[in-house]
Amino acid sequence: MFEPVLLRNVDVPDGHLLSTYQAGGGYRALRKALGEYTPDEIVELVKESNLRGRGGAGFPTGMKWSFVPKAAGKPKYLCCNADEGEPGTFKDRIIMERDPHQLIEGLAVSAYAIGAETAYVYIRGEYVKAIRRMEQAIAEAHENGYLGTGILGTNFNFMVHIHRGAGAYICGEETAMLESLEGKRAQPRLKPPFPAVAGLYASPTVINNVETLACVPHIVMRGSAWFRGIGPDRSPGPKLYCLSGQVRKPGLYELPMGISLRELVEEHAGGPLPGRKVKAVIPGGVSAPVIPAGELEVGMDFDSLTAAGSMLGSAGVVVIDDTTCMVKLATRIIEFFHHESCGKCTPCREGLDWAVKVLRRIEAGEGETGDLEQLEMLCKGIFGNTFCALGDGAAMGLRAALKHFREEFVVHIEERRCPFH
Amino acid sequence: MTMREEIEAAAARYPDRRSAIMPALMIAQKEHGHLPGPVLEDVAEILGVERVWVYELATFYTLFHTEPIGRFHLQLCDNVSCMLCGSEALLKHLETTLGIRKGETTPGGAFTLSTVECLGACEMAPVMQVGDDYYGNLDTARLDALLESFRAVERVARIERAAASAPGE
Repeated sequence: MFEPVLLRNVDVPDGHLLSTYQAGGGYRALRKALGEYTPDEIVELVKESNLRGRGGAGFPTGMKWSFVPKAAGKPKYLCCNADEGEPGTFKDRIIMERDPHQLIEGLAVSAYAIGAETAYVYIRGEYVKAIRRMEQAIAEAHENGYLGTGILGTNFNFMVHIHRGAGAYICGEETAMLESLEGKRAQPRLKPPFPAVAGLYASPTVINNVETLACVPHIVMRGSAWFRGIGPDRSPGPKLYCLSGQVRKPGLYELPMGISLRELVEEHAGGPLPGRKVKAVIPGGVSAPVIPAGELEVGMDFDSLTAAGSMLGSAGVVVIDDTTCMVKLATRIIEFFHHESCGKCTPCREGLDWAVKVLRRIEAGEGETGDLEQLEMLCKGIFGNTFCALGDGAAMGLRAALKHFREEFVVHIEERRCPFH
Repeated sequence: MTMREEIEAAAARYPDRRSAIMPALMIAQKEHGHLPGPVLEDVAEILGVERVWVYELATFYTLFHTEPIGRFHLQLCDNVSCMLCGSEALLKHLETTLGIRKGETTPGGAFTLSTVECLGACEMAPVMQVGDDYYGNLDTARLDALLESFRAVERVARIERAAASAPGE
């Protein structure tokens, strides 16, 4: 049986306190990293582990770190993406609320590796409890010499600050997050330059997700081979899966990368509600294309899901049963992206506005012949033509709904009504 | 700490004072309830930044309110996971019980009803945020109990306001 790594403390009473974290071996990884490794050796260790970013894109973490220029000069920054806005996702909130020191230790080791003395943790504004827990944990870590100047008797200086978001999904996009941190409207930047070269305040910056950073102390303590031994070699490690929707046991599950979606839904999360059948599953937050019930054998890792035409994304697994209208679901998802579009580029801003209008009229039984072709045309106009991945996520999701559940759309148009009402 | 001191403490965390506009707006909103023009001007003055920079953030981010808002802001999530778990029926129930539509505030300013995008608590869908707190696994009975508890807080606050404005002994 798989033993939890990232969630081992979340059900421990007072798991958010430093004393609890230390009692479980906390901050030994930081001591080991500072005492036994050079920064470059930590980068190498993380490269060898094949750790890939848990925020959604799955970019190799060690490689991302290695892009930071070595030269002294401008300060380097570490930013933690704790904006967690992808619908269906709640893993980072639970880490920050119940085991914040795990994240702080991950931040400290990672900052040592890239040569940063300052980190900003960008936490979405709604997460008030997580923000309080993180602030408390930072203060405790600081008082006990895990943060501040001359950490653990070395010459490593490092401080963590919280930046509270204010309700914009787009801040989960890393360059929009940097804009927001600089006190601007959160709109994505054109790349290059990439943040590793010119990020926050035009300084070299690494942006990592909460779960990614939480993996780092464990890799230091247990080694890269241990990490690579969990799940598929190219996409390894323990993984947090957020189960929600029409399923018996919603909740946060930690299991190896690569477990089948069917096993996750049917065995771990208890399958569909009594008397219902699973119709489809969104595997990685609403940006990830929906997978029909017949294709659930796919492995939950970056490469397998991409090959299956979807993506692991944030591993927000949303279960949809046979009582749900897929037109309504698609409409709600596109309404979300439309609301959260930052307005910077035309295909996303205008295309989603148009798509919402077409979807709403189909759902209301007022769809017209040619509407589905029009939606496909809009997807084509949006996909690949925007500054960031928000538009791509919307277009991929809508395309998948049209592909797998076209019949339902057609029935709405032909019968001029929703068959689920 | 005064609002000015709190904002200065926030600004000390960044190398550039413009970065402190968001935390300053949070501090100002907590102090004033919402962010009318003169408050935005105060924030700009304290930080020594362009007023338009402050205004553009106050209007871009959804957690900032430039208009007055109810003392209890009921923010019901209606994104996918909550929708699949019945948030639509809960919205109708709230609208009927409070006698307002979403986006509106009850006369007297106790409750504002909003729907919001995913709150990141889908394991307890359907979920609603009120003030700093999340309330999950909602059904109509639990909603009614919550509303009653908010109304009780309102009654106490009304009595306290009346006592404070009464002539002293």
